[in-house]
Amino acid sequence: MMKENMSNSEESLIKPKTLEEVRAMIKSHKRNDFIFSSIGLLTIIFALLTLLILFVDLVMDGYPKLNYEFFTDFPSRRAAHAGILSAWVGSSLIMLVTFVTAVPMGVATGVYLEEYAPKNWFTDIIEINVTNLAGVPSIIYGLLALGLFVYTFHLGQTIVTAGLTLGLLMLPIVIVSTREAIRSIPVAIREAAYAVGATKWQVMLHHVIQYSFGGILTGIIIGMARALGETAPIITVGALTFIAFLPPAPLTSVPPFISFEWLQSGFTVLPIQMFSWLSRPEHAFHINAAAAGAVIIMLTLLMNGTAIWLRYRIRKNIKW
Amino acid sequence: MAQNKLDIKAEAKNLNFFYADGTKALKNVSLPVYENKITALIGPSGCGKSTFLRCFNRMHDLYPGNRYDGQILLHPDNTNVLAKGVDPIEVRMRISMVFQKPNPFPKSIYENVAYGLRVRGERSKSAVDDKVEEALKGASLWNEVKNRLQDLAFNLSGGQQQRLCIARALATDPEIMLFDEPTSALDPIATVNIEELMSGLKNKLSILVVTHNMQQAARISDYTAYMYLGEMIEFDATDKIFTNPSKKETEDYITGKFG
Amino acid sequence: MATTQLKDPPISKRLAKNIKRNFIERVIEIILMFSALTAVFITLGIVYILVSEAAGFFKDVSVYEFLTSRQWSPLFEDAHYGILPLVSGTLTTSFIALGIAVPIGTIAAIYLSEFASHKARETVKPILELLVGVPTVVFGYFALLFVTPILQKIIPDLPTFNMLGAGIVMGIMIIPYIASVAEDAMRAVPMQMREGSYAMGATKFQTAIRVVTPAATSGIIAAYILGISRAVGETMVVAIAAGQQPTLTFNPLEGAATITAYIVQVAMGDLPHGSLGYQSIFAAGMVLFVLTFLFNILGHMARKRFAERY
Ligand SMILES: Nc1ncnc2c1ncn2[C@@H]1O[C@H](COP(=O)(O)OP(=O)(O)OP(=O)(O)O)[C@@H](O)[C@H]1O
Ligand SMILES: [Mg+2]
Repeated sequence: MMKENMSNSEESLIKPKTLEEVRAMIKSHKRNDFIFSSIGLLTIIFALLTLLILFVDLVMDGYPKLNYEFFTDFPSRRAAHAGILSAWVGSSLIMLVTFVTAVPMGVATGVYLEEYAPKNWFTDIIEINVTNLAGVPSIIYGLLALGLFVYTFHLGQTIVTAGLTLGLLMLPIVIVSTREAIRSIPVAIREAAYAVGATKWQVMLHHVIQYSFGGILTGIIIGMARALGETAPIITVGALTFIAFLPPAPLTSVPPFISFEWLQSGFTVLPIQMFSWLSRPEHAFHINAAAAGAVIIMLTLLMNGTAIWLRYRIRKNIKW
Repeated sequence: MAQNKLDIKAEAKNLNFFYADGTKALKNVSLPVYENKITALIGPSGCGKSTFLRCFNRMHDLYPGNRYDGQILLHPDNTNVLAKGVDPIEVRMRISMVFQKPNPFPKSIYENVAYGLRVRGERSKSAVDDKVEEALKGASLWNEVKNRLQDLAFNLSGGQQQRLCIARALATDPEIMLFDEPTSALDPIATVNIEELMSGLKNKLSILVVTHNMQQAARISDYTAYMYLGEMIEFDATDKIFTNPSKKETEDYITGKFG
Repeated sequence: MATTQLKDPPISKRLAKNIKRNFIERVIEIILMFSALTAVFITLGIVYILVSEAAGFFKDVSVYEFLTSRQWSPLFEDAHYGILPLVSGTLTTSFIALGIAVPIGTIAAIYLSEFASHKARETVKPILELLVGVPTVVFGYFALLFVTPILQKIIPDLPTFNMLGAGIVMGIMIIPYIASVAEDAMRAVPMQMREGSYAMGATKFQTAIRVVTPAATSGIIAAYILGISRAVGETMVVAIAAGQQPTLTFNPLEGAATITAYIVQVAMGDLPHGSLGYQSIFAAGMVLFVLTFLFNILGHMARKRFAERY
């Protein structure tokens, strides 16, 4: 770099290189290329391999427990009889609440920010908040939920509290993916709809939201996967670590056949179950933890994999 | 001009237009649009043709900060469509538009054409069916697509897509149709199709068309307006403009000395 | 030419504003706006809860003691309330994590962006994105039951709960994130810049180091800063593997609680609402929030600067 800069003023000092010298230089440069690209490749292989080993180790550790009973047993003081029934039921119910909270609000916010919001300080404030919330550590959401949902709104340490908490956590993800998806819809399509007399909301409902559905779905799946694996905020909210009952069923045999009592039930979730087994000193419980971890990993990899595949397909199929 | 007032479908009067960034894109433009006639807008790139066209159906309202000043009177209502109390959606329901690049919705052929009716709350399936067929026939597309109405509109060729967009605009029985360089993205054969289509359509409605192609203007239009730098330089019967324009600028443009 | 002011004729019924439709549209817009305002309310909620609960804490504990005392033992008889031990734990684990994630993540990003074949990139990139989504509790398991036992073979005195193992695993966890964000930044550097360099006879390596990396600096730095923010806010790995004992130490071979681990530890117990111990987690949370907030703002500024350039 230095030499090149000096060359203008002190041209005479630089002797033209002989052909051999140039060839040698090129050769050494090519060697650098080769060295770095080998280092880079090895680094990536090393990193991926490390993660692979970790995952394989986890699955192998938990393998003896990964049987049918594991999914149908309640947790137990005896490791051999302990299962994740209450955990996966809790996780499922909480995800339901999370979905219902985050999706409508996230999509509405995304649509508002992309299509309605005027360019002013008010909109700027909302945008800054969304960006910031995406980076707030999850445990802070836990503290928010503890102070607000549990002790201010008195929702208790229940499924609804946990679901709302994860809903807030997931909100920025849905907002961001909604906005990105909407942004890829060309103006011409909107104008075509307006030109035949559609109102703004009709354009949103019939076009913008429909055409960005794939992108929004991607965000929803990624957000749900994150919510499924979140542990810290659920601990602060007060998940139980040992729970040998199921929440009341959402469907009942007496009219009106649907019940929301489960919302007020205590709960545990998969990652909490894993954490609590992991915190025990006995090795036998660590096996349970590994099995629970394997279940969590597979679920989240499956969900994220679906989302990534979906995004890839959408990118490939965009016709405009 | 021997036209009498009754035949005027719409007229722009002293129209100024300002984009949000302050650009004054139209300067005191006036122009009549005659009933059942085709009026062509010509002029060099950037002279404000599209801007002018998009005033008629209030497209500029979609973007904040744009400002109209002046009148576009729509008859028989004798109402200034740019007035504050006018609903742009009502305007767009009567003045439809076809764009430069075909822009069908990523929906079925049928749904594309039916969309204007759906927006108006038309529920009856048979009524919509009839209208869709009529519009597709009006756009000379019916025979090509009648067996594949549920196909995705994107699967049509460029020329077919543009005719579909015309059918979409036709389905709601507009009184005026605006075309912004409707053939500039199409091949010669598709262009001829669209031109014939437009000539046929003028029995039903009035047409305002922006074109870059002077032969096209000469072929299809009854009246021609020449715009330059946001101003209306000359407006007259097409024959007159192309054979004996009264302004030097128009002549220069038409003979290719400029632009 | 003077514009004559034209008087508008009365508006015909057919063209007049449709009151009902306009009203519905307006209502929908307001609903959407309130939904967007939720983001602001959440932030306000966080600040309000943290500040109001922490205010109770600071009634009993002076800010001076909070910031300077070298001990944190709110749950003991002889209670001390110095945040420093928790901060030291947080910083130590974060530094170890970044010490691993930054070099590996950067090399991986440069390789993927500048050297890898299209096919390799298209394979590795989704895998990175996939790995970003692995729940952290799982990484806690790795730290406690896989990495620490290996470390103990090398360093026999290493306690079961130590910051080294937790930090290393946290680093591994953050690699995909840094690699992915930094790679995005490098890919955003326009092709012409590379072509200019190649045209002068530069090699891939020279182009990558002297042209692309400098051009993408602010984007890469954004990746680092956002990585730091993640490490600082990371909870489960440290709560599981780094230990629960607040200790003012920067020695990675010791165990020490981080801010986040402390919050988890208290939340797991059954402290009565309103007690000083209960309030202390909000005070700790406030410090964490401020720290990550600063990093996030910095990161986004860097990212925005980068985005504006290209
Ligand atoms: N959104 C906008 N904001 C500001 N100025 C604009 C905008 N759109 C167009 N203009 C300007 O207004 C003037 C007229 O543009 P317009 O698109 O109407 O020209 P045109 O005659 O249709 O050109 P072309 O034949 O290329 O389509 C131009 O100077 C253009 O730069
Ligand atoms: Mg134009």
